[in-house]
Amino acid sequence: MNAYAELTTREAFGKALTELGGQDTRIIVLDADLSRSTMTKYFAQAFPDRFIQCGLAEQNMISIAAGLASCGKIPFASTFAVFASSRCFDQVRMCVAQPRTNVKIVSTHGGITVGEDGSSHQAIEDIALYCSLPNFNVVVPADSIETVEAIRAAAVNEGPFYVRLGRSKTPVVYPSGCSFRLGKADMLREGGDAAIIATGIMVYRAVEAADTLGKSGIRCRVLNMSSIKPVDRQAIDAAAVETGAVVTAEEHLLHGGLGSIVAQVLASGTPVPLASLGIKDTYCKSGKPEELLEANGLTAADIVEAVKGVLARKK
Amino acid sequence: MTEYSIEDLQAIARKLRRHVISMISAAGSGHPGGSLSAADIVTALYFRVMRHDPANPHWPDRDRFIMSKGHAAPVLYAALAECGYFPLEWMTTLRQTGTCLQGHTDSRLTPGVDMSAGSLGQGLSIGIGMALAARLDKKDYRTYVLLGDGECQEGQIWEAAMFAPNYNLDNLTAIVDYNGLQLDGFTRQIMDLEPFVDKWRSFKWEVLQVDGNDMKQVIDALQKAGQVKGKPVVIVAKTAKGKGVSFMENNVDWHGKAPSKVETEIALRELA
Repeated sequence: MNAYAELTTREAFGKALTELGGQDTRIIVLDADLSRSTMTKYFAQAFPDRFIQCGLAEQNMISIAAGLASCGKIPFASTFAVFASSRCFDQVRMCVAQPRTNVKIVSTHGGITVGEDGSSHQAIEDIALYCSLPNFNVVVPADSIETVEAIRAAAVNEGPFYVRLGRSKTPVVYPSGCSFRLGKADMLREGGDAAIIATGIMVYRAVEAADTLGKSGIRCRVLNMSSIKPVDRQAIDAAAVETGAVVTAEEHLLHGGLGSIVAQVLASGTPVPLASLGIKDTYCKSGKPEELLEANGLTAADIVEAVKGVLARKK
Repeated sequence: MTEYSIEDLQAIARKLRRHVISMISAAGSGHPGGSLSAADIVTALYFRVMRHDPANPHWPDRDRFIMSKGHAAPVLYAALAECGYFPLEWMTTLRQTGTCLQGHTDSRLTPGVDMSAGSLGQGLSIGIGMALAARLDKKDYRTYVLLGDGECQEGQIWEAAMFAPNYNLDNLTAIVDYNGLQLDGFTRQIMDLEPFVDKWRSFKWEVLQVDGNDMKQVIDALQKAGQVKGKPVVIVAKTAKGKGVSFMENNVDWHGKAPSKVETEIALRELA
């Protein structure tokens, strides 16, 4: 078992960042009074001189990161996904996206599984916002092990990155390690009847759904689309051509997220029956993560039903 | 580098103002008022105070400058062109399709522009990042940020104002081009900034006050700012918007429009 497997994605991030910080002194970490939650505290303890506490001022933090990047540093700025996206969007646009500064924004507590804190803390628009920005790479790892790889990729690849992590423990998709490649989907299950394209915490549920369907003879391909931007158009096209039916699943609004992106690729290439699972143009409420996923149609059972639906629409 | 006299610098500032008028006139749009008010400050920085090398815009040890009030791009372009960062002829292309001189500064396109700007309120924070990088790298370059007074109505300015003294950034100098006007009218009527100096002092900044259109005062303040230890310095520079052109001075109508052919001729004559 991989050493990171038992950790939440944010803990894995904090540990990986500290490891990277030991290898590259250009790495600077900024946080906005959430280091004990985003887990940048590990880096702060190891490298206090390279940790910049910004206090509750996310706009200032992003622009400071851009100034650091313009002087050759590799800044990682972290806060919760709600604050990392909408709170400082203009600063991200003007200081990071447009000038293409080498800033890495890693958010934690993404999606509705932040749970009990309620809608103010449930980031459901962040992927759409970041995917709308030219020059940005957007990554949503499936588990703690892929998180480590994504953070390494962000550190090594020049240019703006947004990496979205969660709060709660995520079931392990890659118990024996993974090789994350920016812009590439990872095929976790082969199959020719339908394809499930998922991102983040929905990847594990997609695999569960495929295994359930497999028992009744339906063979589903499962793609982990952790790299949402750039997206692997080739893998989406191949899934459409080779299976003829697609289901997407994400812990995000349907508008502007993975489902929208896949729909666009399909419509301009091989249009096939598509069902998209995500949050339906609404804000959610306080509750336990699993209950919220259930209430919003984001369980493995929901994916199973969606696959049956697209199969019925196949000609 | 040549050591220019105050008289030389005043002449250069006049030349930059002429470029500003010609550029905006040729472009048919732009913001003359805020470029004219800042011309003396920009001249003092680029022709006397700052350590920089036009032949090597990415020199790691150069002093940094951020035109946070990005709509005053023309006066910065004029200074960069006169320094030799790019050919003077580029100035005739301001705001035109295919130009390297965008309507607001763009660090991806213009040699010598350290950071893009145009959405107000962000430059001081960027300057903090540069000043922190200098400290981490044990380099002695300084970072200068030019802010508009209207721009100081943006909340992010005060996030940055709170940050810099807490990190004792004495390698950072902010200059406020306090011309008293913004797009919709006088700052004191739109959203009064006063007591402005008290605000910065209460945020633990060293404050210097000058006439921002007096070359000697501007240079003295910039040099004095370099001596202050342990905290950042803000120079509150009282200026006249549209400075140097009689019909533009202190006139809100000249925040963001280009002069006509006749107005251009009059303006250039006054600035000769």
